[in-house]
This record gives sequence, C-alpha cells and structure tokens, in this order.
Amino acid sequence: MVEMPEINQDKCNRCGLCISVCSCGAIVLVENKVTIIETEDCHWCTTCEAVCPTGALTCSFEIIVEKD
Amino acid sequence: MTIDAAFLKSISYFSVMSAAELEANKQLFTEKTVQRGEVIIMEGELSDTLYFVAAGAVKVFKTSAQGKEQILSIARPGEALNDIPVFDGKPNPVNAQALGPVTLYGLKKDKLLTIMQQYPKVALNTNKVLAERMRQLVTLVEDLSFRHVLGRVTKILLNHSSEGAGANDHLTQQEMAAMAGTAREVVARSLKTLEEQGFIRIERHRIVITNKKSLEEIVAESG
Ligand code: SF4
Ligand code: SF4
Repeated sequence: MVEMPEINQDKCNRCGLCISVCSCGAIVLVENKVTIIETEDCHWCTTCEAVCPTGALTCSFEIIVEKD
Repeated sequence: MTIDAAFLKSISYFSVMSAAELEANKQLFTEKTVQRGEVIIMEGELSDTLYFVAAGAVKVFKTSAQGKEQILSIARPGEALNDIPVFDGKPNPVNAQALGPVTLYGLKKDKLLTIMQQYPKVALNTNKVLAERMRQLVTLVEDLSFRHVLGRVTKILLNHSSEGAGANDHLTQQEMAAMAGTAREVVARSLKTLEEQGFIRIERHRIVITNKKSLEEIVAESG
C-alpha cells in the first residue's frame, strides 16, 4: 500500500485546483468526486495541500527520531 | 473567449461593482491561458497589464542571489498577481509561475484607471485591497526574519515525535502553521532551513529528526 494524501469530502468544494496542479495524475474526478489514486509517482510535494482553499486535502508527515 | 462577468464580481477589486456595471465593462478585459510551469510575471520586468487568476493556481515567489526560493503566497482564482508594479510603474518585485494550467484575465492599466474614474467606489475599495495585501506581507516579513517561528516549528516537531515508525502523530504543514501561529509558507521555509542544516530529513510522508540535540538547542535559544 502506498501512503497517499488524504481528502475530506465534507470540506471539498470541488474547485479542482488540486487536480490542476498535481503533476503525477494522482488526483482525479470520479463521478463528480475528487479522488486520490495510489501511485508511487506522488513524491509528496504537498502542492495539492498548498493550493486547497478549504483545507480538505492533507499531506501529513509522521515525525520520527532517528536512533543513533 | 468570453469574460465571465459573474466571475469578475469575485475579484476583490471589483466586488463593489454591480452585476450590470461589470457586464457593461467586461469587454475591457482580455483572457490568456498559460501552461504548467510557465512564468507569468518575472522579477525586474515592467507591467502595463494587471493580471487576475481566473482559473488554476499560481505561485508568487522571490528568488535570492543564491537561487533560494521563498514562496510569498499562492494566488487562487480572483486574486491579482502584479498590482504593485502596475500601480507604481516600477519593475515587478516578485515572480509568478503557473502551478498547473492557468487562465488569466488581464486589464490594461489605462483601462483600470478609466474604471476607477468612472466608479470612484472601485478606487476607494482598492485602498482596502492593497492594505490587506500589505498586512499579509508585514506579517510574513516578521515571521521570516525573526527566529521565534523557527523555534516554534522546531518545538512542534520535538513534541510530536517519537523513536521508530508506527503509532506516531501525523501532522501536515498546514496544521504546524496553525499551531505555530504563522503562514504555511513560513513553516515550509523553517523545515527547509532545518533540513539544510542537517538536523532533519524530509522524506515522502515522513520527517526524520537526525539531530535531536541541535533541535533542542534551537528551541532553548528562541526562548
Ligand atoms: S503531493 Fe504532489 S504529487 Fe502527491 S498528490 Fe499532491 S500534488 Fe500530486
Ligand atoms: S483543492 Fe481542495 S476543495 Fe478544491 S477540489 Fe481539491 S480537495 Fe476539493
């Protein structure tokens, strides 16, 4: 399973900005619903989160301390 | 190519105009489309046309002499890209680049001035629009120039981290920004600074703290 950005459908207003900026084609419209497809091509640039005006799209980071 | 008068109403500059007034003036605007990655505005150039984003998203940024990029804002539909150089007649202080396919509405400076003369309420409203922009920039300058935000972002990372992958907290840059009381652009810059110093490593879906001690020192220094 590839971790992908997440979308909260309740907050999404279907403005399509995330789809327009994603260069890897991970974000698509399926039956009028913004959907994220699993792909290794997503390099977690977080641009989709940056452009989303409603905070519906999130690219989260797990914060880990590296053991020496 | 038709200019959407209803959309013009969503541009803050023209929000004070009525639908009929916008309909009567929409032929003053021109439409232009640009592709992903295309530079719309280049720092140092002169602008005689004010551009508004009609569709898509645009990155507004500055580049340092060392080639470092600082995003100032992301312009979404309804926002102007180059009001500063259009109003003062001096070179563009920023760059603007399309993040995906973008449609722009353009309005030549002389036509903008004609609208302002005909509808003084637009001129009055412009003060408000520019003051809001100035407020946003002043806050950004403050957060970028002092180390307190770097300290706050660093503290957030430490507070939400643990050793080994698994049941850790997940945070977005947007959430970190809200927690640190700053803009997302400032968080992005802080993370990049920490990465350049070799204290963290930003991976796909993970931020790895590689030098916890140095992060703790940053927090201590920023008080
Ligand atoms: S993080 Fe980047 S590559 Fe991944 S889905 Fe968002 S915009 Fe596309
Ligand atoms: S940018 Fe946000 S609100 Fe717009 S379609 Fe994408 S997820 Fe929905």
